Amino acid sequence: MPSAVRFQNVSRHFGTVRAVDDVSLDIAPGEFFAMLGPSGSGKTTCLRLIAGFEQPTAGHIEIFGETAEGLPPYRRAVNTVFQDYALFPHMTVGENVAYGLMIKGVSRAEREARAKQALALIKLAGFEARRPGQLSGGQRQRVALARALVNEPKVLLLDEPLGALDLKLREQMQEELRALQHQLGITFVFVTHDQGEALSMADRVAIFNEGRIVQAGTPADIYERPRSRFVADFVGSSNVMAPEFSRQHGGPTGWVSLRPEAIRVEAPRGKVQPGSADGQIIGLHYQGALTRVVIMADGTRLIAAVPSGSIAFAEGDTARFTWDRAALVPMAAD
Amino acid sequence: MRSDGTPRAGLGLRLSAALGILFLHVPLALIVLYAFTTEDKSFAFPPPGLTLKWFATAWFDRPDIWPPLWLSLKVAAIATALALVLGTLAAAALHRASFFGKDSLSLLFILPIALPGIITGIALRSAFDIMGIPFSTWTIVLGHATFCIVVVYNNVLARFRRTSGSMIEASMDLGADGFQTFRHVVLPQIATALLAGGMLAFALSFDEVIVTTFTAGQQSTLPIWMLNELIRPRQRPVTNVVAVLVIAVTFLPILLAYYLTRDGEHTAGSGK
Repeated sequence: MPSAVRFQNVSRHFGTVRAVDDVSLDIAPGEFFAMLGPSGSGKTTCLRLIAGFEQPTAGHIEIFGETAEGLPPYRRAVNTVFQDYALFPHMTVGENVAYGLMIKGVSRAEREARAKQALALIKLAGFEARRPGQLSGGQRQRVALARALVNEPKVLLLDEPLGALDLKLREQMQEELRALQHQLGITFVFVTHDQGEALSMADRVAIFNEGRIVQAGTPADIYERPRSRFVADFVGSSNVMAPEFSRQHGGPTGWVSLRPEAIRVEAPRGKVQPGSADGQIIGLHYQGALTRVVIMADGTRLIAAVPSGSIAFAEGDTARFTWDRAALVPMAAD
Repeated sequence: MRSDGTPRAGLGLRLSAALGILFLHVPLALIVLYAFTTEDKSFAFPPPGLTLKWFATAWFDRPDIWPPLWLSLKVAAIATALALVLGTLAAAALHRASFFGKDSLSLLFILPIALPGIITGIALRSAFDIMGIPFSTWTIVLGHATFCIVVVYNNVLARFRRTSGSMIEASMDLGADGFQTFRHVVLPQIATALLAGGMLAFALSFDEVIVTTFTAGQQSTLPIWMLNELIRPRQRPVTNVVAVLVIAVTFLPILLAYYLTRDGEHTAGSGK
């Protein structure tokens, strides 16, 4: 079975800017794939290359085994949920959802029935006659989703679809999107700059930086074994140790990362052993179940995440962080 | 502070508003009044008597009215149609593209309406002379199109600025080609802007005198015919009769456009 989406050495340059630079990737059918990166990292351009709004400067794109470069957006079996939803304000919700079917020449009765079905799927049954202007942000987002899904795309592209929603709604939509994707079995490609969102929703995540994929893998893979300083920094707040610091504290000579959860916090007692460091607490951040303890040890900022009940320290105290050598993850310098 | 919360304009403000309205509309009322006067040499106030005979005269005995009226309608219609197409295309191009000198080019589009008509007129006349183009309906149309395009361009560009660009992409993403996207998404978005721009363009063209004087040659549009009539002291109230008809004919579509665009603004505004 061919990949849902395949990029072979794809580049997209705008003048001298390499928005996408020699990217290769394979997205499996039925996969929930997240593209994660800071703004300007090329993730949105990649999405637009799949949708057909951009054409590659070099390289080859396949969608379910068919060559995609050169095809305009309206000849591709993919649909997009836009960041600003891009609903048509002069049409009702029902007409918006049925738009793709209307263009395809589906009869009025059938497209109305299918639009109704799609609206029911995203829990907006009975909203057909409203105008987009009469809906809340969350409802518009659902309409945008229904408008894309009603066309039964092979790949659904989502461009930061949750960015404009408030936190509670966002968490609810994350769960619903996940459930919807399981239910429909469609390949979802999701662009976001929110690492929490990417890790909690996706089957696989690709981390973008400066037009390239710097790491791709399962969320656990990326979280636990970041391959470079950039990934460690960007995905959650991993501790990054320089080669010198690592060597002095019993680790390998090279850049390593250490998850905050892998650190134990103790009172300093006796000499500092390999696999530990003393430092003054410069921050205590209560976050519900966990508290983040920040120390400055030999000029390096270290963060530990410990269960909130177990803290017997105050800011300004000296604490000892200890960790197992096995928890240190070596990575590339860039 | 008044308890009902709606501030009331002061006496001075209300008085000046009333004076403003009078200043704008008394001349119009006089035009209508003198279409009914019994005296045909000078406009003495009050009119010595009222009659409907000038309407009959205009209709039955003055065949010289019809060619200028027909020419004016024809020129206004063609210039408006031309402006709708070219103004929309120019607005679409300048809205979408960004390039060096875009602002200057945009200014060049708007300039003809800021430029005194007499300059436009002289410029066009010398251009026609140099190119050896004889005066015709088309030279008038070209003269009028210079400022008609601007009003359509401005209206449509303002609408494009308020329209989300990703809507066009969304339409293509849902399977519509360029033409279908224009018909189902772009055109409905700019329809009221086109209507308002078109009405304004038509009105501007219909009563244009200055540029027309330079580009019409021996032909007479309705405004030029009226100007000539005022100089000639013959059956003066007939001019007023024609003016009353023009007021009636232009007032209705403008009223219509006002209500249509007001409705459009309303639905567009409620999208926020």
